Amino acid sequence: MEIPYTSEIRRDTGLYNAKVGIWLFLASEVMLFGALFSSYILLRVGAVEWPYGWLNVPLGTANTLVLITSSITTVMAWASLKMGNFGRFKIYHAITICCAITFLGIKSYEYHDKFIHYQVNLKDGRIVDGHMEENGKDEIVILGRYAKDLHDVIDLHERHFEKPQPIKIERSEIASMDNYGPWHNTYTAIYFTLTGLHALHVIGGAVVITYLWLFGASMWKTDPERFTNRVEVSGLFWHFVDLVWIFLFPVLYLL
Amino acid sequence: MQATHAVPHAGIHEEHHEDAGFWRTYIFSTDHKVIGIQYGVTALCFLFFGFLLMLMMRWQIAHPQHAVPLVGSLLHSIVGDQMAAAVKDAAGNIVGYSITPELYNSFGAMHGTIMVFLAIVPLAFAAFGNYVVPLMIGAPDMCFPRVNMASYQSYVVGGIIMLVSFFIPGGAAQAGWTSYSPLATSIATHGQTFWLIGMIFLITSSLLGAVNFIATIIQLRAPGMTWMRLPFFVWAQFVTAFLLLLAFPPLEAAGVMQLMDKVAHTSFFLPTGLAVSTLGNISGGGSPLLWQHLFWFLGHPEVYVLILPAMGIVAEIIANNTRKPIWGYKSLVYSALTIGFLSFIVWAHHMYMTGMGVRVATFFQTTTMIISIPSVIILTCMFLSLWGGSIRFNTPMLFVMAFLPMFGIGGLTGLPLGFNFSDLHLHDTYYVIAHFHYVVAPGTIFALFAGIYYWYPKMTGRMMNEFWGRVHFWLSLICMNLIFQPMFAQGMAGMIRRMADGGANYTAAHNSATGMEVVGGLSDTLMRLHVFILWAAICLGLAQIPFIINFFWSIKHGKPAGSDNPWHATTLEWQTPTPPPHGNFAKPVTVYRGPYEYSVPGHATDFTPQNEPDKA
Repeated sequence: MEIPYTSEIRRDTGLYNAKVGIWLFLASEVMLFGALFSSYILLRVGAVEWPYGWLNVPLGTANTLVLITSSITTVMAWASLKMGNFGRFKIYHAITICCAITFLGIKSYEYHDKFIHYQVNLKDGRIVDGHMEENGKDEIVILGRYAKDLHDVIDLHERHFEKPQPIKIERSEIASMDNYGPWHNTYTAIYFTLTGLHALHVIGGAVVITYLWLFGASMWKTDPERFTNRVEVSGLFWHFVDLVWIFLFPVLYLL
Repeated sequence: MQATHAVPHAGIHEEHHEDAGFWRTYIFSTDHKVIGIQYGVTALCFLFFGFLLMLMMRWQIAHPQHAVPLVGSLLHSIVGDQMAAAVKDAAGNIVGYSITPELYNSFGAMHGTIMVFLAIVPLAFAAFGNYVVPLMIGAPDMCFPRVNMASYQSYVVGGIIMLVSFFIPGGAAQAGWTSYSPLATSIATHGQTFWLIGMIFLITSSLLGAVNFIATIIQLRAPGMTWMRLPFFVWAQFVTAFLLLLAFPPLEAAGVMQLMDKVAHTSFFLPTGLAVSTLGNISGGGSPLLWQHLFWFLGHPEVYVLILPAMGIVAEIIANNTRKPIWGYKSLVYSALTIGFLSFIVWAHHMYMTGMGVRVATFFQTTTMIISIPSVIILTCMFLSLWGGSIRFNTPMLFVMAFLPMFGIGGLTGLPLGFNFSDLHLHDTYYVIAHFHYVVAPGTIFALFAGIYYWYPKMTGRMMNEFWGRVHFWLSLICMNLIFQPMFAQGMAGMIRRMADGGANYTAAHNSATGMEVVGGLSDTLMRLHVFILWAAICLGLAQIPFIINFFWSIKHGKPAGSDNPWHATTLEWQTPTPPPHGNFAKPVTVYRGPYEYSVPGHATDFTPQNEPDKA
């Protein structure tokens, strides 16, 4: 039994099956991320004060450029196949895969940076904000600064250029402390949820592209048209993942 | 095309699969028909399980704190001392086990979840859709057979996770099928976490199914099968698939966020200042309303996911048994499309009690009233289709005939809930329960029964027993009404849902506070109805025994269907061998006419199959 239109195009719709499928899937993905972005808006509108300047903009910009580069190489990889040049495909998608790994590497560095970043509320009312240097039993060392007040921690419009100082704090002085994980406030919650879900999409896309680049590529010899279609469909997904980041970057880093 | 296979069940099917082996043929099959049957049987099991949960809840409502008969000790061994309380006699001996309020809550939550997400939707959309849609459009299979298999497997995994949650300490989710936060987050069991993970699998399953259905209907229609020649059932499934595709992801997003609240201690749905001991220190700043918005953004389209496939089945069976084209085919199609679109902008009518502004409420009650118009058009077309037909009253048709008024009652009683002012009184009462159960139970489930009786001969080559089908029908119809009619009265008198003792404490407290009988509390008559409903529900359970026996007995011993097209139907699924082999059609089909060419004047038979060429 053969399913029709797996690689040839149906004339009245102008599409092959997988292309219909991936566009429908992407429509559903738009609703998924759309709901999360809507939640972001609702949470931000309802917040007393929304954090600003918590993320590293140069790193975010670098990651944006990495993903845009990967989108270009994805198109070029597909175009190479269309022109029958399998060698070029291999080169372009190798770059795509490297970009995906670079993106995830930078992203995990940023995550790590948040997990070692602590806000320590002292019993005398002062706030220490900075990176955990030493998490000892009796005392901790934070490489950071004394904040003027809570507002000074949340809103970093006035950037602090002074060098962070190591601050020694006795455990007994601490009223409460927590790191900038998802539980810190609704901003970190939506940040980790959105970028985490996006990272899962990057991993998924990278796995598929790597599969097509390595083992799946043998189909080029048996059914080049279908293989090209596979590369196109996985490319469409990759562009979507890229596009989500294009929205995520300004929303989380810049606004 | 009227090829008759004398021994239909053992025929082509097994022969073709001889090489594939048992596991690939029946368990890990990519054939849409096998997957459809897998979905159907699994969903029927869940339907029965959800019904049993309901019976135990009805027992608790009618006889609060009394030992549960028959299954009490089984219940105790599953859920333990905390959830099933020992009932002792005067001498202190344990005579049985009763349902605690916590257990009642988890049954309530899981009854709703199982019925909606594991029983009705898989049965109406996935089972019938999988089996029938590719046949109806003349396709050899679904567009993506392996995705189809993954969809079913994901559904099974989701179902298993839901079932397993009954066995964990603290039991299954207890916050209702709507899982409102902060309640859902603050109950200190992992039941809710299981519920959320299970839901993510179920959503994945329906996403894969929806993509597959839409792609199949767009791409794999046989030559000549234009859009306006599609049987209405296919249209209904098409719209349903779009609803699942676009409405479920927001719930998935909400589920991910609630899961984060539960396991990563975020505060998406937990407001500032919320102090619940089980939650510990939370950052706050979240919005409980956000959950409700996201939930009902799925929740309302879901209602149409439940009803549209049923309407599709009803249209097919009416046309077939009145021997007449369905009345107003195009208005049916456009109504279904309109419903699909409008169902995305009515969700907040579930949230009038949240204190939304008058303008917002006005918007949502307006759209709610507008969406009732296409629903009424569909129902009217179905009624008009009966006019002047010489109706064959077989079992499927009886169920369909009952569907029409039952769904009518369900739909019309929804109007007072759609208006802000009347909803304020009726919100969260038994009136609401009666309303949506009329839509889903004697509505959708009756249509599903009709579909099972109708397509059974195509699946097995044998008819289900007609007499026991009628017994099943009449008893179900009577019992359904005896169960749900009294609930309207209870609800209008102010009986709130989700009271674990059926309102006994509430009434007692009211009467002692006012010193009078029945001021604010519930009258004795209304309280006695609990017992009445319990017995009606038990009878409804007994009424399913003829169906269950009939269903299995007829596989081997039913009356042979006699031909591939025992109902003399026009649509393509009847123009295949029985049961259809892998790849469905014996030779490529071409479609020449619309789906309901019954009783065409001058034609030799009173039906003209869609693939019958015009005579030159």
